[in-house]
Amino acid sequence: MITRSVGPNRRRNDFLWNAVAWALLLLLALPAFWIILTAFRPNVEINTFPPVWIPRRLTLEAYANMFGLNPEVRQRVAVEAYLRNSLVASGVSTAVAVSLGTLAGYAFARFRFRFHTPLFLGIMLSRAVPGVALSLPLFLLFNRVGLVNNVLGLAFVYVAVNIPFTAWLMDGFFRQIPKELTESAYIDGCGHWSAFWRIELPLSLPGLATAAIFAFLAAWNEYQVVSVLARNNAAKTFPPGLFAFTEQFTVDWRGMAAMSVIMMAPAVIFVILVQRNLVSGLTFGAVKG
Amino acid sequence: MDADSNRAREKGAASRFIEVSRIEAGFFPFAMISPALIMIILVVGFPLLYSLYVSFTPYELLKPNSLNFTAARALRNYQKLLNDEIFWRSLWNTIIFLAVTVNLSYALSMALSQLLARVTLGQSVLRTLLMTPMMFAPILVGMQFRWFFNANVGLVNNVLISLGLIQEQGQIAWLVDVPLGMITIMIASIWMNIPVLTIILLAGTLSLSAETFEAAEVDGASGWQKFRYITFPLLAPFSYIALTIMSLDIARAFDIVRIMTDGGPARRTEMLWTYITRLAIEDTKFGLGSAMSWITVILSVLFTLYFFRQLVRARIVQ
Repeated sequence: MITRSVGPNRRRNDFLWNAVAWALLLLLALPAFWIILTAFRPNVEINTFPPVWIPRRLTLEAYANMFGLNPEVRQRVAVEAYLRNSLVASGVSTAVAVSLGTLAGYAFARFRFRFHTPLFLGIMLSRAVPGVALSLPLFLLFNRVGLVNNVLGLAFVYVAVNIPFTAWLMDGFFRQIPKELTESAYIDGCGHWSAFWRIELPLSLPGLATAAIFAFLAAWNEYQVVSVLARNNAAKTFPPGLFAFTEQFTVDWRGMAAMSVIMMAPAVIFVILVQRNLVSGLTFGAVKG
Repeated sequence: MDADSNRAREKGAASRFIEVSRIEAGFFPFAMISPALIMIILVVGFPLLYSLYVSFTPYELLKPNSLNFTAARALRNYQKLLNDEIFWRSLWNTIIFLAVTVNLSYALSMALSQLLARVTLGQSVLRTLLMTPMMFAPILVGMQFRWFFNANVGLVNNVLISLGLIQEQGQIAWLVDVPLGMITIMIASIWMNIPVLTIILLAGTLSLSAETFEAAEVDGASGWQKFRYITFPLLAPFSYIALTIMSLDIARAFDIVRIMTDGGPARRTEMLWTYITRLAIEDTKFGLGSAMSWITVILSVLFTLYFFRQLVRARIVQ
């Protein structure tokens, strides 16, 4: 921790630091609150002038319209399709990416072998390839094997996209496990696999959860690849679904806000859950090589 | 500290770094890595090679016969790009955009992390507030900022009117104006980058021990001097981890640009990523788009590689 000077100055400074920090962070978080608020306001309050800052009434109209409960609204958004596709693509790809990334991360953390650094670097750099650049050849190749406009084809891509970061995080988490544990496992006659499977993997479950959440969110939020590979609602996920809103002649801002809230829901839960683990996984490599 | 002892320290640390008592295990680690590696080769490696091939052909999606390679015309797409004024403009825009957003995101996050390290009231609530931008998909970030900066119904103009700074809606056309369009995109992107950078730098700052600062305090160092000569250098590995992670995701800015201005007005906010989409997807010129993709891939990889090397170096010196 940072030591502070003692005395009346210190108290005044503390107050100042706290006030500035709170003001800045409330400003940073303002957009999230505004989006959530907008989703539950009547349309007249949103588009009126002069602006109405404090809502007078809250309503679920936007959701009724979205899920087709309002007979007056003809043009519906295919939220159910987006939700289903997003869940399948993110869920399947997370399960596979975390399994494969954990194996790789363990190998990098525990073993000495040839091409250790080039392999690690190569895997990490594959993540630096922009989705736009990847989407063109994937479209051409998937077109030949009939995987365009297919949710599982999308999941297949997300597996590879998510492996590098998972491997990096898991490498960090495995290195936090004391060496003595592994050594005693070997003395007890464990092979490499059973040392991994029976001793180290159970110990790294919190790290695994963090990696899984990150992979899930990356797939859930991905736009560049899905916007090229998904042609219609059979494969479109939330991000291209949300984009479709902006292509209408008049943008329905409240409908957009309502959909955004659904889209943000898993992220809200996850961010609160993994906060602490995430930091230790990301920064472990910084202090111990 | 003189250079010699510094170097000796570095060397000692380097050998420790390499021999972190990892175990020799023959073929086993390769077996563990290969599934991951095969997936990456299938989804990233092979398609990229294919895209390199396509970039040497005049391929257009609607003309299937145009996917044929002739040595004489192989480099024509690249020549076209080098003579294309919009390509150069989009490259320049991308460089400006990255230079401003990376530096400002880092500087603001550093300031915010130093501020948060001193907060005594409601640390955990503040951290949750800090993480709210992480809950937004990039496409959502673009969407909400497009709405906030909308000239006629936007939050920003509404606030300015309520404060009496402008008289009527539509007075500042944020997304249509030439410098303002770029600036709003940068604001959106910086807002998205701040949380991850700040939590990593904050974790680094909190890990520094009080003893580190004692000698400086005895010598009467000012707050700025303590930051400049102690905190900042000691945070180097954390800084590079944060910057490496940010560089991996830097192309997310595409989503923001696509939804906020889509390269407009008059191509003033066109970036490499949006121009690829325009060439390949909208104009169906896959050959030309692939050539540009390759230029982008090389630039992205170099960008990440730079931070990654700095990270390894900072880690060894530590």
